[in-house]
Amino acid sequence: MLLFDPKGPIGDGERFVILAAFVLMLIVVIPVFVMIFWFSLKYRASNSKAIYMPKWSRSGKIEFAMWLVPFAIITALGFLTWNETHHLDPYRPINSGVKPISIEVVSLDWKWLFIYPDYDVAVVNQVVFPIKVPLSFRITSDTVLTSFFIPQLGSQIYAMAGKQSRLHLMADESGIYAGHNQQFSGRGYADMHFKAIATSREKFEAWVQKTRQSADKLDPERYEELGKPSVGYPVMYFSSVTPGLFDHIIRKYLPIGMNSAAMRKDDSGSTRVKPTTLERR
Amino acid sequence: MFGKLSFAAIPFENPIIMGAVGGSILLAVVILSLITYYRKWTTLWKEWLTSLDHKRIGIMYIILAMVMLLRGFSDAILMRSQQALAAGMAHGYLPPGHFDQIFSAHGTIMIVFMAMPFLVGLMNIVVPQQIGARDVAFPFLNSVSLWLTAAGALLVMISLGVGEFSRAGWSGYAPLVERQYSPGTGVDYWIWAFQIAGAGSLITGINFLVTILRMRAPGMTLMRMPLFSWTTLFTNVLMIFAFPVLTVALTLLTLDRYLGMHFFTNALGGNIMMYVNLFWIWGHPEVYIVILPAFGVFSEVVATFSGKRLFGYRSLVYATAAIMVLSFSVWVHHFFTMGAGPDVNIFFSITTMLIAIPTGVKIFNWLFTMYRGRIRFATPMYWTLGFLFTFTVGGMAGVLLSVPPADYVLHNSLFLVAHFHTMLIPGSLFGFFAGYYYWFPKAFGFPLNEKWGKGAFWCWMIGFYLAFAPLYVLGFMGMPRRMEHYANPAWQPYLVIAAVGTAVILIGIIFQMIQLAVSIKHRHAVRDLTGDPWDGRTLEWATSSPPAVYNFAKTPVVHDIDAFADMKEKGIAYSPPDQYHDIHMPKNTATGLIIGAMAAVFGFAMVWYIWWLAILGAFILLLTVIARASDDGTDYIVPAAEIERIEKRRYRQLTAAAANRPADGPAMRQSLAEM
Repeated sequence: MLLFDPKGPIGDGERFVILAAFVLMLIVVIPVFVMIFWFSLKYRASNSKAIYMPKWSRSGKIEFAMWLVPFAIITALGFLTWNETHHLDPYRPINSGVKPISIEVVSLDWKWLFIYPDYDVAVVNQVVFPIKVPLSFRITSDTVLTSFFIPQLGSQIYAMAGKQSRLHLMADESGIYAGHNQQFSGRGYADMHFKAIATSREKFEAWVQKTRQSADKLDPERYEELGKPSVGYPVMYFSSVTPGLFDHIIRKYLPIGMNSAAMRKDDSGSTRVKPTTLERR
Repeated sequence: MFGKLSFAAIPFENPIIMGAVGGSILLAVVILSLITYYRKWTTLWKEWLTSLDHKRIGIMYIILAMVMLLRGFSDAILMRSQQALAAGMAHGYLPPGHFDQIFSAHGTIMIVFMAMPFLVGLMNIVVPQQIGARDVAFPFLNSVSLWLTAAGALLVMISLGVGEFSRAGWSGYAPLVERQYSPGTGVDYWIWAFQIAGAGSLITGINFLVTILRMRAPGMTLMRMPLFSWTTLFTNVLMIFAFPVLTVALTLLTLDRYLGMHFFTNALGGNIMMYVNLFWIWGHPEVYIVILPAFGVFSEVVATFSGKRLFGYRSLVYATAAIMVLSFSVWVHHFFTMGAGPDVNIFFSITTMLIAIPTGVKIFNWLFTMYRGRIRFATPMYWTLGFLFTFTVGGMAGVLLSVPPADYVLHNSLFLVAHFHTMLIPGSLFGFFAGYYYWFPKAFGFPLNEKWGKGAFWCWMIGFYLAFAPLYVLGFMGMPRRMEHYANPAWQPYLVIAAVGTAVILIGIIFQMIQLAVSIKHRHAVRDLTGDPWDGRTLEWATSSPPAVYNFAKTPVVHDIDAFADMKEKGIAYSPPDQYHDIHMPKNTATGLIIGAMAAVFGFAMVWYIWWLAILGAFILLLTVIARASDDGTDYIVPAAEIERIEKRRYRQLTAAAANRPADGPAMRQSLAEM
């Protein structure tokens, strides 16, 4: 079960939350199961030895307990939720002392485009990154609503046209992990998956060098071509990317004179909406 | 002339659809021929289709719900078999895009055209009798609601053979439902079916709210009202507040699709997440709309079959009220992964978890009602116990999903699908089945066969776990919902098990059909002459089975929570009134049926852009409403002599029943002896 075999800190944290919440709930769920069987058996009509109290319908003690116990559990769960939701916020950068790698993700019909702005390369339907380095994703959609998800690394996040969402993940172990769209998006949805390849720093650098040798370049015309609906698009490497392509994809959905309120915060952690966010690079 | 409609709209090339269409038409022809053969057209028209009697409207609602259950379940079989086959390179047997229509239709049908009519049907049959009333507040509007719901269901059925249904999921997320991404007629069928049935539900909500608030028998204060009436009241409040939101969301979407506006488009200032918000502001209360009435059924069943007062009546009422209020404050939990800030997600997470508290309280109330009772295991009690156990499992999965970090990995996975089926199948369908078995003898005067009923229960229960336990596992294995095919072969064994589960449920459904046939065949042998086959506690058991058109010859006076149990104890349950009075009742009318038919015509014409027909349909609908509004002769008087004749016959029956069937309860024999 992939979710119980996470390969990074975010997935780890989420597995902990699932298990902790599950154990907490057992405190109330197990007694309920026991009572269902016990009461059904003991108070069956054929058992004339059991006490029968047809008028008994209230008990302050029992009623107090049956409000209190669920309340106590939910309070405990509430604290867990408060801490972990802040801690595992997809927008929160992972603090590991290593400079993160930026990856821009665009969901298209029905394929994923990954742009590496710092390396000036791009890939379709495959994402490659080094282990133990935080990944800082900026995600948008150039089609309908989709959801970007690599189960073994943790958290998914929606990709929305005209909006940018953020996601921070990190892989601790090398490997090839499954990634896919988790939000139904039409005809090619079932085939909208990709491989997420986590590898060593050296191999990643070598991969970048190799990708730079590719004859294909991602310019606006090429992007236009790529955006046409297609199913089962092959993995494709681009040796250079027109600067600002990602921002351009977002901006084309914005009415003139408007800025996206969806830019919730930048890496500095500021939550104020900056009118100039789109023009930062 | 015919807008976008042409013969090309009929999918002749698709053998599966054509088979389903052929089957449906054949079935309809068989039913119509049988009606003709037995010369039942007049009866059908006069006593059923045009009836304003809440009991008959209720029965028609439930027939609609059961027909749509079969349709929705066929969709489930197709989905499960497709996914069991479509692993690796295999793409299953469904033509591309058809799978998408099936899951969209399955969700829409099960919620709007199965669960809704089923619960409204039960409300109709039971609530007026339970509160000691002779009908609902607005009997005519009740008929309008029924036929509007039926009109919506008809549109969904038509979409099977003429054109297509939506491929964008039952929740129809923008912008996938916009014209740019879904240019076909499917989304339009979905919109109009939803919209027309939604209008019916809103009217029902208002009707029953007024009925419960204004028409209770003397002495029945709110805090003496049976739990099913309480949950109905809460459901009605939810309907009244939630449905208008859906109406508005769908109207804005209609403007986008028909007039090229930009409410929910990607570009030009549209906001797709606004649609998602609006949909779930209706959608989450809707979950409680379909679950709360079932909670009411379980409350009645548990008290009756434990032979005991409901434990913690007040707690139950307040817990249900808390659920009603909280249900409006949780909608964002359907999209924690939107990228809202942690504080927003935490707010909606905590409100969601809070709902678990009153829900847990209700579970304990039912358990402590069984405690120190004398539990009789009749079929309604089986469904109740099945519910208690399974719902607790589903609730646990629900609380898990309400924690945002857990939702970040489980959202839109098969875990989610398993979760909400574990809430809705036991939490609402099992409740409706319990109500169906419990109140069937009230509606028809004879009970359903217990042996087949228990067989059906075990098939449903085992089939349910086989079908949904694997989906929980698949969710943890990272499988998303709505996959037409998938590359990962490790998922296949689990999906095969799930498909087997569906087959077991199918056997359960076949058992239920046999049960109905067997029970009707042997109805004379098991006829219930008492009106109270289960030793009931609430007022609906004080009437005859089936009840006279006016329910109560004399309006009962209530002194306790379990009004009828109290009357039986005091020996006054069967005492005839000193004198009979005339009763004022609504006349039957075809107006509701005409309004429903015109709404269907209007919806169909809008789907196909046949503007003249849409205008004509809307115009006739409006004229019908005006004609009805100016009609003063809408009611009639049942004369006292007629009532006396009906009631005298009933008392003769009761005496005969008490003499012939000593098992029918000492209370009744005693009070009849005193007569």
